[in-house]
Parts: sequence; C-alpha cells; structure tokens
Amino acid sequence: MALFIVRRVLQAIVVLLLVTMFTFALLRAIPGNPAIAIMGPGAYRNPAAIKVFDQTYGFDKPWYSQYLLWLSNLVRGNLGYSWNLNQSVISLIGQRLPKSLVLVGISTALALVIAIPLGVVQAVRRNKFVDHFFNGFSTIFYAMPSFLLGLLLILVFAIKIPIFPAEAPQGEGLAPVFQNFNALVLPIISLALITIALFSRYMRSSVMDNLTEDYVRTAKAKGASERRVLIRHVLRNSMIPIATLLGLSLPFIISGALITEQVFNYPGMGLLFYQQAQKSDYPVLLGITVLVALATVVGSLLADIAYAVLDPRVRY
Amino acid sequence: MTYQGIPPESPDPSIRDSAFVSEISDVATVAEPREAEAAVAAGMLPATKPRSAFRRGLEVFLENRLAVVGVGVIVAMLVFCFVGPLFYHGNTTVVDFAHQTLPPGAGHPLGTDANGNDVLARLMTSGQISLEVGIAAAILATVVGVIWGSVAGYFGGALDAVMMRIVDAGLSIPVLFLLLVVVSLVTPTEGILIAVIGLVSWLTTARLVRGEALSLRVREYVQAMKVMGGGGSRAVSRHIAPNAIGTIMVNLTFQVADAIAFIVALSYLGLGIRPPQEDWGAMLSSGVQYVSDGYWWLILPAGACIVIVITAILWIGEGLRDAVEVRLQRR
Repeated sequence: MALFIVRRVLQAIVVLLLVTMFTFALLRAIPGNPAIAIMGPGAYRNPAAIKVFDQTYGFDKPWYSQYLLWLSNLVRGNLGYSWNLNQSVISLIGQRLPKSLVLVGISTALALVIAIPLGVVQAVRRNKFVDHFFNGFSTIFYAMPSFLLGLLLILVFAIKIPIFPAEAPQGEGLAPVFQNFNALVLPIISLALITIALFSRYMRSSVMDNLTEDYVRTAKAKGASERRVLIRHVLRNSMIPIATLLGLSLPFIISGALITEQVFNYPGMGLLFYQQAQKSDYPVLLGITVLVALATVVGSLLADIAYAVLDPRVRY
Repeated sequence: MTYQGIPPESPDPSIRDSAFVSEISDVATVAEPREAEAAVAAGMLPATKPRSAFRRGLEVFLENRLAVVGVGVIVAMLVFCFVGPLFYHGNTTVVDFAHQTLPPGAGHPLGTDANGNDVLARLMTSGQISLEVGIAAAILATVVGVIWGSVAGYFGGALDAVMMRIVDAGLSIPVLFLLLVVVSLVTPTEGILIAVIGLVSWLTTARLVRGEALSLRVREYVQAMKVMGGGGSRAVSRHIAPNAIGTIMVNLTFQVADAIAFIVALSYLGLGIRPPQEDWGAMLSSGVQYVSDGYWWLILPAGACIVIVITAILWIGEGLRDAVEVRLQRR
C-alpha cells in the first residue's frame, strides 16, 4: 500500500508537470495579446507602451524561459498576478473558491443523501413502477442542458411563484452568501438534480450487482431478514463505487459549475474562468487549471485509497 | 458532468437481464437442433452455421426495447433534419420583422422566432449542425483514441507510461475549460468545432482501448502472429483494434451524446457556431431570452430535440453495452 501511494504520488507530479506545460503552450500558441487585452485596442498605436508592458511582465522572453519563470514561482506558492483584475491570482482564488465550495459542496452532499436511498429503492423494486419512474427522471435530468434546467427553475420559482430570488447571492466573501441563503436555493437545487440523476444510476446498478452476490444468499440462509441483509450487507458494499465517485467529483467542487454559475450569476470559480478566458488573462487561467488538475490527481488518489480501505479484497 | 466520468466497466444491472435472456436462448438452442434438423431434412431450411458472436449480440440488443426505440428515434431525427428541408420550406435566413414571434398556426406549424424565421424549418437546419458536429467529433475522438490506446497498450513499457501520463494530464483539465480557451480565441466554424471537440474527447477512449489492448496482446492469436514474424503495426491494426470493437462502439455512442451536449453548452456561453448558422443549443439559448414573454415555442421544440436525441443515444449505448457484454462472456 505504501509503495503504491509513493508510486502514485510520483506519477501525479509528472501529470501535473505535463498539465502546466500543456496549458502554458496552449495559451501561448493561441492568438491574443495580453498587452492589448489590458490596455485596450488603442494600444496598437503605441508600440512603445506594448514593449514596456512586455518587458515588465517578461513577455519579451522566449516561451520556455517564461515557462520556467512561472514554474519556479509556482513552486514557491506564487501563482502570478492578474493585470486585468489588478489582484494576485492567489487572492482571487481565495475569494472565489469558498463560493464554489459552498455551492457545489452543498449540492453534492444533498445529492448523496437523496441518491443513495433512491438507488436502493430502485434496485429493490427493480422494473416496477417506482424504478421506471425515477429512471425516467434521471435520464431526463441527465439529457437536459443544465442552463435550461436552471432557467426553468427561475421561471417557475422566481417569476411565476416568486418564492426565491432569480439571482444568486452577490458581494464579497462568504458572509453575504449565508445572510442571503434564500438566493442560493435555486442554484443548489439545479445542480443537485443533475448530480442526483448521475449518482442514483450508479447506486442502482451497484446495489443490483451486490444483490446477486453469494454473501447475500449466505446471509439469507442463516436467517437474516431482508432488511438486515439490505442494510448491513448490501448497502455497505454498494457504497464503494460511490466513494470512488466522490473522489472523482472533487475537481468539480474546485472548478465550480460553470454553466450553473453563469445562469444564476454566482461569482464562483467557473464564472471567473469563463470571464477571464475572454480577456486573455493567462495567469488566472493557468492558476485555476493547475489547481483543478491538482484536485483531479488528489481526488483519484483518494478514490483508490478509499477503494482499498472499503473493500478488503482489493490489494495494490 | 458527463458520461465520461462513468467507468465503462461500471456494473450495470441490465447486463444481468441480458445474461438471463441468453440463458433462455441457450435453452432455445438446445431445443433447436432437432427442429432444425427436421427442417433441413424436409428441405425447408438451408443447413445453418452456428450463430456468430455478432448475431448473438444483435439478438440481445434487439431484446432491449429501449435501445430499439432509441435507434428508431435517431433515424427519425436524421430523416427530419436532412430530408425534411426537401419537403418543408420555410424562411430560415432572412430577417422579417413583419412576422416576428408569431405563435404556432397556419403557415408556421411551430411559429416564428424573433427574426421572423420559421421555427420548424430552423429546427431542421440547426439539427443538421448538432448531429453533424456530434457524430463527426465522436468519430474523430474515437479514431485518435483507438490509435493512441492500442499503441500504448500493445507496446507497453516506457512508451505506455509516457503515453498514458499524457492522457492523465489531459483528463485533469476540465473539458469545458479547454474548449473555452480554444473557442474564445479562434472563430468557431463547423469544422473547427468538430476538430476542437474531437481533440479534447479522445482521452477516455484512449484509456479504455489501452485497457483492452493490455489483455488482448497476450492472447494466443496475437502471440502466434508474432511468431510468424508479424510486426507491431500489423498487431495493432489487424488484431488489437478490431477485437476491441465492442468497447469502442459503446464508447463512440456515448461520445456522440457528450459532443452534442458540449456544443449546446458552448452555444449558451456565446462561443458556439457563428450566426446565421446555429445548433439546437443556440436556438434554445436565444429562445430562453423570451422566457418571461411566454413564447414557449421558442424554447420547447429546441429543448425537446436536445433531450430526446441525447436520451435516445443513451438508450442505444446501454443496449450496445449489454450486447457487447454477452459477446465477451461467450468469447
């Protein structure tokens, strides 16, 4: 196990290096000039200003020395500076990340609480009405564009029956989010519905798989009741894929939910990335990408470890 | 979140359904020979060869009613989008404010949009874009992914390690982020959109095919070919890739659904294909601007098309997966 973890961590470092190289190359290869993006199109008439800008921020150097400079800063915990928002990338992420954590974190937790019992019920009442009904539900929410779902929720619960605000909480920091939690209800529901659709499908198949295992027959033969078999044996084993799924959704919690954040104008990580992508704000884009990649790598490592802990048959 | 997050080997209960079905058909095959012999003897039937793995897979697929419905829906949609415009002519390009946002009625079965264009006709032309981009991008992703994955899996060792770390790195960047960066800086035409979506979606395919290749390369027939002097490229193109075809097809199906969903998301962010061309996503996102005016015909048709097509593709994919599982069991 220890050897496995060491190997995985080494692999993770390689993967992260590749991600930074790739993102860096992509951002440099694509047209778009940060100087013009910040000083406005008028800067074309003032090449001297562009030159000063490029020299100040190191854009006059070849791309590999720019990369090495950026990387050495990264190792020291400096993600760079957003000229566009006149703020360091770290402090920007510090502002936006908690917002995404709240939105996606609460939705994911809510989805888990609902999807697990739902999946169990569907599996036990397999091919009955309940199963078909929720199957249809999860297929539709999976297939529906997430912005359509968000807008329908706004139409019904903010315009037709005005019980919730149409816009998510605004303002700096987390305080306004919790003061005005009412406004976060629709975004959370919107995201949770999509996640429930995904998780309940997993849970359903996982429970069904476990129901045919030998240990279920053994437990029944020893006189355990249906309920006991289901809760003490099947449910525990069926949670294993869900643990994996949670590990794999860690990057989503960090990256935020771009579309949902855009629909409800919630200033999280996804919206930040989207807005800065249109302004060629490289340091922000790079910083977020690296952070999300880190979350992906850590998440899948955690998922593997959880798998080994939960299922004693698994050996690495 | 997309289907890409779901590991292909995720236990699906319907697989057991199909195993059950095949048990039944086993019984049938046991009973069959006598009847068949009698039929052959009577000259009614030609002597039949044993059924191929493909036939058995096909039977399981056809048993799955949802999958068959899915195929029907997709065929109907293709006919609607590509053959429909030959029979139904409506204004799809000229701005005509005299006939703006008309409700469904005579002359315009699904009404008109804010530019006075006919919604039904527009639904057909937008559908062409959605389906073309979805299918083409999925095929591109599959071709790249299959080559990458089978080369990595077959040759193994250091090459495999390097190739798969690149895949891991790619998978660590959210697809929507990648698409956003590329599309916000180049003008998206249909071709570019296909290329971009295809080139960010091949990673899962590569990982899947590599897994298959790892198990296929130690099979006897591959070893035998090597002994006879066959090279690596022959092994990959003649043995590894064709034998992973089941997994590849299932993945391809889900890729189409994902690609359609990606352009919908991009169109919503204003980064989709440029007007006057548009996909269903662009139609839907311009329609939802009028959500509070009660112009439901600008939202419902496009929204329904997206949901129906993606659902149908999912059903087909799940049916195919069952069929492939059966094939694998019998291998």
